[in-house]
Amino acid sequence: MKPAVILFPGSNRERDAARALRLVAGAKPNIVWHAEHELPAGTDLVVLPGGFSYGDYLRCGAIAARANIMDAVRAHAAKGGLVLGICNGFQILCEAGLLPGVLVRNARLRFVCREVVLRVERADTAFTKAYRKADLIRIPVAHGEGNYTADEATITELEKEGRVAFRYARPDGQIDETDGPNGSINGIAGIYSEKFNVLGMMPHPENYIEPEIGPTDGRGLFESLAGALKAA
Amino acid sequence: MKARVIVTLKSAVLDPQGKAIEGALRSLGVNGVQSVRQGKVFDVELAGNDRDVAEVALKEACDKLLANTVIETYRIEFA
Repeated sequence: MKPAVILFPGSNRERDAARALRLVAGAKPNIVWHAEHELPAGTDLVVLPGGFSYGDYLRCGAIAARANIMDAVRAHAAKGGLVLGICNGFQILCEAGLLPGVLVRNARLRFVCREVVLRVERADTAFTKAYRKADLIRIPVAHGEGNYTADEATITELEKEGRVAFRYARPDGQIDETDGPNGSINGIAGIYSEKFNVLGMMPHPENYIEPEIGPTDGRGLFESLAGALKAA
Repeated sequence: MKARVIVTLKSAVLDPQGKAIEGALRSLGVNGVQSVRQGKVFDVELAGNDRDVAEVALKEACDKLLANTVIETYRIEFA
Protein backbone atom coordinates (compact mmCIF):
# COMPACT_ATOMS: atom_id res chain seq x y z
CA MET A 1 0.00 0.00 0.00
CA LYS A 2 1.40 3.35 -1.03
CA PRO A 3 -0.85 6.25 -0.07
CA ALA A 4 -0.36 9.91 -0.95
CA VAL A 5 -2.03 12.52 1.26
CA ILE A 6 -2.45 15.80 -0.62
CA LEU A 7 -1.67 18.98 1.26
CA PHE A 8 -3.39 22.20 0.18
CA PRO A 9 -2.87 25.60 1.78
CA GLY A 10 -5.35 25.47 4.66
CA SER A 11 -5.62 21.69 4.95
CA ASN A 12 -5.29 20.79 8.63
CA ARG A 13 -6.10 17.09 8.98
CA GLU A 14 -3.36 15.70 6.75
CA ARG A 15 -1.28 14.45 9.66
CA ASP A 16 -4.26 12.71 11.26
CA ALA A 17 -5.07 10.99 7.97
CA ALA A 18 -1.43 9.95 7.58
CA ARG A 19 -1.34 8.74 11.18
CA ALA A 20 -4.42 6.56 10.66
CA LEU A 21 -2.85 5.08 7.52
CA ARG A 22 0.32 4.34 9.50
CA LEU A 23 -1.27 2.98 12.66
CA VAL A 24 -4.15 1.00 11.20
CA ALA A 25 -2.99 0.11 7.69
CA GLY A 26 0.75 -0.08 8.37
CA ALA A 27 1.45 2.24 5.45
CA LYS A 28 4.09 4.91 4.96
CA PRO A 29 2.12 7.76 3.42
CA ASN A 30 3.72 10.51 1.37
CA ILE A 31 2.49 14.03 1.99
CA VAL A 32 2.24 15.68 -1.43
CA TRP A 33 2.08 19.45 -1.95
CA HIS A 34 -0.79 20.65 -4.14
CA ALA A 35 1.48 22.49 -6.60
CA GLU A 36 3.13 19.23 -7.70
CA HIS A 37 2.13 17.89 -11.10
CA GLU A 38 2.64 14.20 -10.38
CA LEU A 39 1.90 11.69 -7.65
CA PRO A 40 4.87 9.69 -6.30
CA ALA A 41 5.48 6.62 -8.49
CA GLY A 42 3.47 3.61 -7.36
CA THR A 43 0.82 5.61 -5.48
CA ASP A 44 -2.22 3.36 -5.10
CA LEU A 45 -4.37 5.51 -2.81
CA VAL A 46 -4.87 9.28 -2.79
CA VAL A 47 -6.31 10.91 0.32
CA LEU A 48 -7.68 14.46 0.27
CA PRO A 49 -7.73 15.44 3.93
CA GLY A 50 -10.03 17.69 5.91
CA GLY A 51 -9.44 21.32 6.70
CA PHE A 52 -10.20 24.67 5.18
CA SER A 53 -8.28 24.78 1.92
CA TYR A 54 -7.88 28.39 0.78
CA GLY A 55 -9.90 29.49 3.80
CA ASP A 56 -13.08 28.19 2.13
CA TYR A 57 -12.86 31.27 -0.12
CA LEU A 58 -15.31 31.40 -3.06
CA ARG A 59 -16.89 28.02 -2.21
CA CYS A 60 -15.57 25.20 -0.01
CA GLY A 61 -12.99 23.24 -1.99
CA ALA A 62 -13.47 25.31 -5.15
CA ILE A 63 -9.94 26.66 -5.47
CA ALA A 64 -8.21 23.48 -4.27
CA ALA A 65 -10.16 21.53 -6.89
CA ARG A 66 -8.29 23.50 -9.58
CA ALA A 67 -4.79 22.84 -8.15
CA ASN A 68 -2.06 21.32 -10.33
CA ILE A 69 -2.06 18.00 -8.50
CA MET A 70 -5.75 17.48 -9.20
CA ASP A 71 -5.04 16.59 -12.83
CA ALA A 72 -2.83 13.76 -11.57
CA VAL A 73 -5.54 12.73 -9.09
CA ARG A 74 -8.09 12.73 -11.92
CA ALA A 75 -5.81 10.54 -14.06
CA HIS A 76 -5.25 8.18 -11.10
CA ALA A 77 -9.03 7.89 -10.57
CA ALA A 78 -9.67 7.37 -14.29
CA LYS A 79 -7.33 4.36 -14.19
CA GLY A 80 -9.39 2.92 -11.33
CA GLY A 81 -7.03 4.11 -8.58
CA LEU A 82 -8.52 4.62 -5.11
CA VAL A 83 -9.29 8.14 -3.89
CA LEU A 84 -10.64 9.03 -0.45
CA GLY A 85 -11.87 12.55 0.33
CA ILE A 86 -12.69 13.36 3.93
CA CYS A 87 -14.69 16.47 4.85
CA ASN A 88 -13.00 19.31 2.91
CA GLY A 89 -11.62 16.50 0.74
CA PHE A 90 -15.19 15.48 -0.12
CA GLN A 91 -15.99 19.10 -0.99
CA ILE A 92 -12.91 19.22 -3.23
CA LEU A 93 -13.90 15.98 -5.01
CA CYS A 94 -17.34 17.44 -5.79
CA GLU A 95 -15.87 20.73 -7.00
CA ALA A 96 -13.35 18.83 -9.13
CA GLY A 97 -16.13 16.85 -10.81
CA LEU A 98 -14.82 13.52 -9.49
CA LEU A 99 -18.07 13.09 -7.59
CA PRO A 100 -21.47 14.52 -8.51
CA GLY A 101 -23.39 17.13 -6.54
CA VAL A 102 -22.14 19.70 -4.06
CA LEU A 103 -21.96 20.34 -0.32
CA VAL A 104 -23.74 23.50 0.76
CA ARG A 105 -24.26 25.34 4.04
CA ASN A 106 -25.76 23.20 6.84
CA ALA A 107 -29.54 23.55 6.85
CA ARG A 108 -29.54 24.99 10.36
CA LEU A 109 -26.60 27.29 9.54
CA ARG A 110 -24.49 26.07 12.47
CA PHE A 111 -21.04 24.57 12.34
CA VAL A 112 -21.62 21.06 13.70
CA CYS A 113 -18.83 19.39 15.69
CA ARG A 114 -20.03 16.18 17.32
CA GLU A 115 -20.24 12.43 17.06
CA VAL A 116 -22.83 11.01 14.67
CA VAL A 117 -24.12 7.52 13.95
CA LEU A 118 -23.54 6.30 10.39
CA ARG A 119 -25.18 3.37 8.70
CA VAL A 120 -22.81 1.47 6.41
CA GLU A 121 -24.81 1.07 3.21
CA ARG A 122 -22.66 -1.60 1.59
CA ALA A 123 -19.70 -3.67 2.74
CA ASP A 124 -18.41 -4.88 -0.60
CA THR A 125 -16.19 -1.94 -1.61
CA ALA A 126 -12.47 -1.33 -1.15
CA PHE A 127 -13.38 1.15 1.61
CA THR A 128 -15.86 -0.88 3.63
CA LYS A 129 -15.03 -4.61 3.44
CA ALA A 130 -14.07 -4.69 7.11
CA TYR A 131 -17.62 -3.62 8.06
CA ARG A 132 -20.89 -5.44 7.58
CA LYS A 133 -23.80 -4.05 5.60
CA ALA A 134 -26.11 -1.99 7.84
CA ASP A 135 -23.48 -1.74 10.59
CA LEU A 136 -24.05 1.33 12.75
CA ILE A 137 -20.77 3.08 13.45
CA ARG A 138 -19.93 6.12 15.56
CA ILE A 139 -17.78 8.71 13.77
CA PRO A 140 -17.32 12.44 14.46
CA VAL A 141 -18.25 15.26 12.10
CA ALA A 142 -16.92 18.83 12.13
CA HIS A 143 -18.22 21.01 9.34
CA GLY A 144 -20.30 24.03 8.40
CA GLU A 145 -20.97 22.98 4.81
CA GLY A 146 -21.89 19.31 4.77
CA ASN A 147 -25.39 19.52 3.36
CA TYR A 148 -25.19 17.24 0.33
CA THR A 149 -27.33 18.33 -2.57
CA ALA A 150 -27.67 17.46 -6.25
CA ASP A 151 -30.43 17.58 -8.83
CA GLU A 152 -33.18 14.99 -8.67
CA ALA A 153 -31.83 12.94 -11.58
CA THR A 154 -28.42 12.63 -9.87
CA ILE A 155 -29.94 11.56 -6.55
CA THR A 156 -32.14 8.99 -8.29
CA GLU A 157 -29.09 7.63 -10.12
CA LEU A 158 -26.96 7.47 -6.93
CA GLU A 159 -29.70 5.58 -5.11
CA LYS A 160 -30.42 3.24 -8.02
CA GLU A 161 -26.75 2.36 -8.43
CA GLY A 162 -26.23 1.90 -4.69
CA ARG A 163 -23.63 4.65 -4.57
CA VAL A 164 -24.50 6.02 -1.15
CA ALA A 165 -21.67 4.88 1.11
CA PHE A 166 -22.89 6.07 4.51
CA ARG A 167 -26.04 7.73 5.84
CA TYR A 168 -26.59 9.69 9.03
CA ALA A 169 -28.76 7.43 11.19
CA ARG A 170 -30.53 7.51 14.50
CA PRO A 171 -29.06 5.20 17.16
CA ASP A 172 -31.75 2.64 16.25
CA GLY A 173 -30.56 2.66 12.64
CA GLN A 174 -33.50 4.58 11.19
CA ILE A 175 -32.68 7.27 8.64
CA ASP A 176 -34.36 10.60 9.19
CA GLU A 177 -32.79 13.48 7.34
CA THR A 178 -34.39 16.03 9.65
CA ASP A 179 -32.40 14.44 12.51
CA GLY A 180 -29.10 14.55 10.60
CA PRO A 181 -26.41 17.11 11.39
CA ASN A 182 -26.71 19.13 8.18
CA GLY A 183 -29.90 18.52 6.21
CA SER A 184 -28.33 16.29 3.52
CA ILE A 185 -30.80 14.74 1.06
CA ASN A 186 -31.66 11.15 2.08
CA GLY A 187 -29.25 11.47 5.02
CA ILE A 188 -26.29 11.16 2.67
CA ALA A 189 -22.96 11.31 4.54
CA GLY A 190 -20.76 9.85 1.81
CA ILE A 191 -20.97 8.72 -1.82
CA TYR A 192 -19.01 6.63 -4.30
CA SER A 193 -18.06 7.32 -7.90
CA GLU A 194 -19.55 5.17 -10.65
CA LYS A 195 -16.79 2.57 -10.36
CA PHE A 196 -16.71 2.66 -6.54
CA ASN A 197 -13.03 3.66 -6.52
CA VAL A 198 -13.63 7.23 -5.31
CA LEU A 199 -15.26 7.85 -1.92
CA GLY A 200 -16.14 11.24 -0.48
CA MET A 201 -17.46 11.50 3.07
CA MET A 202 -18.06 14.34 5.53
CA PRO A 203 -17.38 12.40 8.80
CA HIS A 204 -13.82 11.86 10.03
CA PRO A 205 -12.96 8.14 10.40
CA GLU A 206 -9.34 9.11 11.15
CA ASN A 207 -10.50 10.56 14.48
CA TYR A 208 -11.72 7.25 15.87
CA ILE A 209 -8.89 4.77 15.54
CA GLU A 210 -7.37 4.58 19.04
CA PRO A 211 -9.01 3.30 22.24
CA GLU A 212 -7.17 6.01 24.22
CA ILE A 213 -9.26 8.61 22.39
CA GLY A 214 -12.59 6.80 22.46
CA PRO A 215 -14.46 4.62 19.99
CA THR A 216 -12.45 2.91 17.26
CA ASP A 217 -15.18 2.59 14.63
CA GLY A 218 -13.06 4.46 12.09
CA ARG A 219 -10.46 1.67 11.93
CA GLY A 220 -12.63 -0.44 9.63
CA LEU A 221 -12.23 1.99 6.76
CA PHE A 222 -8.42 1.94 6.93
CA GLU A 223 -8.37 -1.84 7.51
CA SER A 224 -10.55 -2.23 4.42
CA LEU A 225 -8.15 -0.14 2.34
CA ALA A 226 -5.15 -2.11 3.62
CA GLY A 227 -6.89 -5.35 2.70
CA ALA A 228 -7.95 -4.14 -0.73
CA LEU A 229 -4.49 -2.87 -1.65
CA LYS A 230 -2.68 -5.89 -0.27
CA ALA A 231 -4.85 -8.17 -2.40
CA ALA A 232 -4.33 -6.02 -5.50
CA MET B 1 -12.65 47.42 -19.59
CA LYS B 2 -14.73 46.74 -16.50
CA ALA B 3 -17.29 44.04 -16.07
CA ARG B 4 -19.40 42.67 -13.30
CA VAL B 5 -20.20 38.99 -12.82
CA ILE B 6 -23.22 38.18 -10.70
CA VAL B 7 -23.54 34.64 -9.36
CA THR B 8 -26.78 33.54 -7.74
CA LEU B 9 -28.20 30.27 -6.49
CA LYS B 10 -30.62 28.53 -8.82
CA SER B 11 -34.19 29.09 -7.71
CA ALA B 12 -34.71 25.42 -6.78
CA VAL B 13 -31.75 25.48 -4.36
CA LEU B 14 -32.52 26.28 -0.73
CA ASP B 15 -30.64 29.30 0.60
CA PRO B 16 -30.43 29.06 4.39
CA GLN B 17 -28.25 32.20 4.56
CA GLY B 18 -30.82 34.21 2.62
CA LYS B 19 -33.51 32.89 4.97
CA ALA B 20 -31.50 33.98 8.02
CA ILE B 21 -31.00 37.47 6.55
CA GLU B 22 -34.70 37.61 5.75
CA GLY B 23 -35.50 36.80 9.37
CA ALA B 24 -33.03 39.43 10.63
CA LEU B 25 -34.59 42.11 8.44
CA ARG B 26 -38.00 41.20 9.78
CA SER B 27 -36.79 41.44 13.36
CA LEU B 28 -35.25 44.84 12.56
CA GLY B 29 -38.69 46.01 11.55
CA VAL B 30 -37.85 46.53 7.87
CA ASN B 31 -41.23 46.37 6.22
CA GLY B 32 -42.32 44.73 3.02
CA VAL B 33 -39.44 42.30 2.53
CA GLN B 34 -40.95 39.12 1.15
CA SER B 35 -37.82 37.08 0.61
CA VAL B 36 -34.03 37.39 0.38
CA ARG B 37 -31.59 35.27 -1.58
CA GLN B 38 -27.87 35.82 -1.22
CA GLY B 39 -25.45 35.84 -4.14
CA LYS B 40 -21.96 36.99 -5.08
CA VAL B 41 -20.66 39.89 -7.17
CA PHE B 42 -17.24 39.91 -8.87
CA ASP B 43 -15.94 43.16 -10.33
CA VAL B 44 -13.43 42.24 -13.01
CA GLU B 45 -11.02 44.47 -14.92
CA LEU B 46 -10.10 43.18 -18.36
CA ALA B 47 -7.30 44.04 -20.74
CA GLY B 48 -8.35 45.39 -24.14
CA ASN B 49 -11.63 46.87 -25.31
CA ASP B 50 -13.19 44.07 -27.31
CA ARG B 51 -16.44 43.17 -25.60
CA ASP B 52 -16.88 39.86 -27.42
CA VAL B 53 -13.40 38.72 -26.44
CA ALA B 54 -14.05 39.79 -22.85
CA GLU B 55 -17.34 37.96 -22.75
CA VAL B 56 -15.69 34.72 -23.90
CA ALA B 57 -13.05 35.07 -21.18
CA LEU B 58 -15.62 35.83 -18.50
CA LYS B 59 -17.80 32.88 -19.50
CA GLU B 60 -14.75 30.66 -19.22
CA ALA B 61 -13.97 32.16 -15.81
CA CYS B 62 -17.53 31.45 -14.65
CA ASP B 63 -17.69 27.90 -15.95
CA LYS B 64 -14.23 27.01 -14.66
CA LEU B 65 -14.27 28.68 -11.28
CA LEU B 66 -16.57 31.56 -10.34
CA ALA B 67 -19.81 29.58 -10.40
CA ASN B 68 -20.66 26.01 -9.53
CA THR B 69 -23.27 25.38 -12.19
CA VAL B 70 -24.71 22.46 -10.23
CA ILE B 71 -26.34 24.98 -7.90
CA GLU B 72 -25.58 28.45 -9.29
CA THR B 73 -26.25 30.55 -12.38
CA TYR B 74 -24.31 33.61 -13.50
CA ARG B 75 -24.87 36.81 -15.39
CA ILE B 76 -22.26 39.09 -16.99
CA GLU B 77 -22.73 42.87 -17.15
CA PHE B 78 -20.47 45.47 -18.77
CA ALA B 79 -20.04 48.92 -17.28
